[in-house]
Amino acid sequence: MEETLDKILRKYSPGKKDALIPLLQEIQRETGHLSDGSIAEVSRHMNIPLNKIYGVATFYDQFRFGTKGRYHIQLCRGTTCHVYRSSVLLKDAERILQVKAGQTTRDGKFSLEIVNCLGACANAPVMMVNGKAYGDMTREKMGKVLMKVIEIAK
Amino acid sequence: MIFTIEINGQPVTAKRGETILAVLNRTGIRIPTLCHLAGFTPTGACRMCVVEVEGMPGLVTSCSHPVEEWMKITTHSPRVVKARRTVIELLLANHPDDCLYCERSGNCELQDLAFELNIKERHYRTRKASVRVDRNCPSIERDPAKCILCGRCIRVCNEIIGVSAIEIIGRGSRSMIGTSQNKGLNTQACVKCGQCIMVCPTAALREKNSYNAVIDALNNRGLFPVIQISPGVQGSIAEDIGIKGGKDLQVLLGTALRRMGFRQVFDTSASADVMIMEISKQLAQRIRDKEKMPLFTSCCPSWVKYIEEFKPGLKEHLVTSQSPMKIMGSWIKNQFAERMNIPKENIFSVAVMPCTSKKHEAISGSENGDPLIDAVLTTRELIRLIRHYGIDFSTLEPENTEFGFGVRGSAGKLSGIAGGETEAVARTLHFQLTGQEISPVKINDLRGLKHRKETRIKFGRNTYGFAAVSGLNNARLLVEEIENGRSDLVMVEVMACPFGCINGGGQRLGTDEKALKSRMKALYDADEEEMIKVAHKNPSITEFIQTNGKV
Repeated sequence: MEETLDKILRKYSPGKKDALIPLLQEIQRETGHLSDGSIAEVSRHMNIPLNKIYGVATFYDQFRFGTKGRYHIQLCRGTTCHVYRSSVLLKDAERILQVKAGQTTRDGKFSLEIVNCLGACANAPVMMVNGKAYGDMTREKMGKVLMKVIEIAK
Repeated sequence: MIFTIEINGQPVTAKRGETILAVLNRTGIRIPTLCHLAGFTPTGACRMCVVEVEGMPGLVTSCSHPVEEWMKITTHSPRVVKARRTVIELLLANHPDDCLYCERSGNCELQDLAFELNIKERHYRTRKASVRVDRNCPSIERDPAKCILCGRCIRVCNEIIGVSAIEIIGRGSRSMIGTSQNKGLNTQACVKCGQCIMVCPTAALREKNSYNAVIDALNNRGLFPVIQISPGVQGSIAEDIGIKGGKDLQVLLGTALRRMGFRQVFDTSASADVMIMEISKQLAQRIRDKEKMPLFTSCCPSWVKYIEEFKPGLKEHLVTSQSPMKIMGSWIKNQFAERMNIPKENIFSVAVMPCTSKKHEAISGSENGDPLIDAVLTTRELIRLIRHYGIDFSTLEPENTEFGFGVRGSAGKLSGIAGGETEAVARTLHFQLTGQEISPVKINDLRGLKHRKETRIKFGRNTYGFAAVSGLNNARLLVEEIENGRSDLVMVEVMACPFGCINGGGQRLGTDEKALKSRMKALYDADEEEMIKVAHKNPSITEFIQTNGKV
């Protein structure tokens, strides 16, 4: 973990503030999430105050401070999906998975994340499970997908 | 380039490059602002300062828009006023309605604007944010529910102090001023200078109150309450009670404090003299040994915290003496208690400081677990306390109040303003190194409202450089110069707040340049009039040092 972080940090030269977001993205991609420790290291390395980094990271929905579940479910809440009532889907998903958006279940199996657009508006509403997209979702269809995921996770 | 524009039908001259707001403020029109901070980059975030400019489709934020020749500006048209009203109404939508119980009631920019814009009922309703008050820090309390997100605290903390202890967290309707991982302010790099409180328009940032503890102590017959007053405080109190700045308030204030129930009053400038002697001694030593140069002052607790947080390697450069508040505190609890024959636990020692950081300093590092100082009041709290006890300065006759700790000199008094401590040290050091008094006594390079003051002073055959910086961000710049090899300085005085304690985080709210100038003048005048201008000539101080040795 620390080694991965070191390796990533070495690629970014200190003082280049505009590289902060790509850096945070890379850390999240490699380690799954941002942690207290990792942003503190970023702060030290980039010479940017810790609170500023936290401010940036909380501004964007894409950054996560909790660990990802084994099954990472992303639900699109972008404009088109919103028009296609993804808000109802979100409520369903929260009920079925027993987890709030942005959180991970205690057993570490599932995490639910809201994303702003998955780039598949033609198939709105869209969700993704571990990178695999499911389009044209309805309450029933999503319920089936999630039940299947829960089944496999057992 | 100078040209004429039209404001509300009147011709007004304007300079190229000025903002509309700057022009308006000169011409007798006050435009309401919330996020605007004089001297800072405008953000145009709150939209209170909007005006109508003929030919432009939308309303224009005057704080950020430069004036142009063709402009015809209307400042209070119905459209403009309606927009401003809406801004305030929206800010009030989730604001707690507890004005009557609020610390800032009567002194709140949001309340004032709501009153000015004649807002009489709640127009918009939304859920009140349920956020906890952050009470963990010994100096500063944060109540995000009262925050209107103007961002002034962030800009001060970032640009003047250079610490960034708080930042906007989250986005949109969920954004708030907070810290990383929403931890308490006490876990942050915060240096507790309180400059954020000075710019906060509401009670979202305020000092941690010691007010009730002091009243309880004054009511407790078993206790012997005593109080010490820092030299930076008096000017601010004079303004509050309407005495013209510059007049020495000492005796009158001493009388008032005794009426309130304090049994003895001390002047912290006396112990500042002790500290000046000590700094001068340590400086002479370091000049001789040529090590750990330059010497950094350590009487500003925010600066000490800054060194601990950001430059731990420079800790050795700090003066090792205690701050004037603690020197006095220690003297009160030991020698004074002995002299008065009172057990030291029965003495309740209060310090009035123009500073929030001193609250933190007071509880950290005590003697055998007993606090040297039992409570620190800011200037603001003392003003409230004076009101609480119904002291009316207009009819109060000054009594012959004897100040504890003997004679005072003006050298210690100077430490209320940035540069003053250096001046005082230079006077004493000159005597210590050469055996002669410095001439002239007044060192003009170290005076005035400037962020960085430098001078070179001749001590016999040698010339040494002295610097005084205020505003921690300016200190950081100087420290970087020193780290990069600058070596002409022997002593660097740092005050965390811009211009020093006269502008401290515990001073009266709404401190402006005029107030600063009059507070500065009061201190310089005191120096002019005082008989004893150097710490080493003060008989009480030399006696103190002889009996106490090291401080």
